[in-house]
Formats: sequence, C-alpha cells, structure tokens
Amino acid sequence: MADVTVGVVVFPGSNCDHDTEYAVGSFSGIKPVMLWHNDHDIQGAKAIILPGGFSYGDYLRAGSIARFSPIMQEVIEFARKGFPVLGICNGFQVLLESGLLEGALSKNRDKKFLCCQTTLKTVNCSTIFTNRYQQDQLLSVPIAHGQGNYFAPPEVIESLEEHEQIVFKYSDAEGMVTDEANPNGSINNIAGIINRQGNVLGLMPHPERASEKSLGSLDGRALFESLFQHIAGV
Amino acid sequence: MPYTAKIKVTLRQSILDVQGKAVEHALKNLGYHTVESARIGKYIEVIINEEKLQEAERICNEICQKLLSNPVMENYSFELEQVN
Repeated sequence: MADVTVGVVVFPGSNCDHDTEYAVGSFSGIKPVMLWHNDHDIQGAKAIILPGGFSYGDYLRAGSIARFSPIMQEVIEFARKGFPVLGICNGFQVLLESGLLEGALSKNRDKKFLCCQTTLKTVNCSTIFTNRYQQDQLLSVPIAHGQGNYFAPPEVIESLEEHEQIVFKYSDAEGMVTDEANPNGSINNIAGIINRQGNVLGLMPHPERASEKSLGSLDGRALFESLFQHIAGV
Repeated sequence: MPYTAKIKVTLRQSILDVQGKAVEHALKNLGYHTVESARIGKYIEVIINEEKLQEAERICNEICQKLLSNPVMENYSFELEQVN
C-alpha cells in the first residue's frame, strides 16, 4: 500500500518544520511532504501540520501575516471540509489568527521567552489527535515560546469547557492544574484546544520534540500515532 | 488626493500588557513616582490612494479589522489626513 502523505507547511521563518518532518517520517506508512507558503497545492496530503517557528518574523502579531499566505487559503478550506489540521506553537498562533480556532495568544505573563520541559495533562483523550492517550494522562513535553499566554473572553472559555474542546492543560507532576504549574499565564492553564468539529487542534507545546528516546521524552509520539491511525489506519 | 491613515492599535484593558508593566517599573525606578501606568501599543501609517474620505475610511476600518488588529485582544483607532 502506498504511503499516506502528511503535509508540513513551510513559512518564511518556520524553524520546526524539519523537526516535524523528521518526527512524521519516523512512522511507517506515512510520508511527510513540505508545503511551501506561496503554493496552493497541498500535494494530496491527508492531514496538514503547521509547525513552530516565527512565520514572517512574527511581524505585527505572531501568525497574523502567515494566515493570509496562499497555502493557508487551502489549509482553511481543507479544515472546513473536515480534514485534520494540527498547529504546533507558531502553528497554533496561525490557526487562531485564521479563525479556525477561537481565542488569541499574547505575551507570556513573566515577559520571558520560555524554553523548558512542561507537564501536560490530557484532559480530553477522545479526539482523533489524542485517542492513544489515557484520560488525564500526564505527559512531559517541551515548550519554546514568548507568546503562549492563551486568552479568550469568558463566554468562549465557558463554551470550550462545555464542549470539551480543551485538550491539554499545564499541570504539576501530580496532575494538579495549579497557577504554579502555569508557565505563561494562560487562562485555566490551557495548553491546547480543538475546534467544535474535532478536526483542528492547536497546542503550544512541541510533541515533535518529545518523539524520540534521545530527546528525553517519547510522550508526544502518541499524538502522531492517534492522528496517523485516523488517516491511514497505521 | 491620497490620505495618510494614522492608526493606533492598543491592547484591550483586560489584557495584561507585560511590556507596559516593564516600562512602568523602569520609569518608577528612574524616580518618576507620579507615573501611574504605562501601556504599549502600535502606531501604523498607511497611505491610501483614494479620492473620497468616506472610501478611505471604509478601507481603513477593513484593514484594521482584517489584519492590523486582532479584535480578540486589541482595539484600534485612526485619523485620516489628506496628503498634500
């Protein structure tokens, strides 16, 4: 059987595109293809990943200019048709700017760029991106961002909670979702959310950087496994 | 005659402005004890080649909503001046 293609978008300023390509390529039966920001062709991809980095130098606002790039018009249509789209870090910022997910990400509350390992609590394991995890499973996954402080108006937060759209929260090692365990000031410790239809996930932490033993954690791997099982049955 | 749009984009009051806070602290450290707060926004100048003020205004509102500001966390305001 031919390999199933997964697109990894490359914006000028993306810097996790090759990490993501490497992680995706480590699964048998899955072939990553790089999708250039200026193209309209998604090359038959069955899922699309927007990687981390600083698309267009984060000018104006993180993700704001990338959102209008030619490939994003195709990604938005792809997502609206119900195909899976995953946004990691800057990719999450692009998804919010494009309106595929609700809310916004502002500067970390302590003003610092944070680059460290975090503990994530899987608060919804019944999505196509997380069904290989257990409910409330704790994961060790790194973050690397300056603008990861998730914000949305109270009615949006309420609606996200009600429809179980919050997928990952920052927690302590015991799984307690506390303010001390919140690295960036995100409302309700939100680290990742999914859209109502369940096909677009955005998260600040980097599962691709926790997908190999030599990286110190394999906890991000099940996210890709869940997704690839969904699109390819592998 | 084209118009210059002088656009200000500011964070909503409910959003913590970490840059503004840092500047506020720096000003207080410099001895300006009457400084109560500082907030940082963006100033953007756009030249719009339209004859009619109304049309320039419409375009300016559109670009502010579409790209220059993020309505989830920012407000915008602008002034239009005719370029001589």
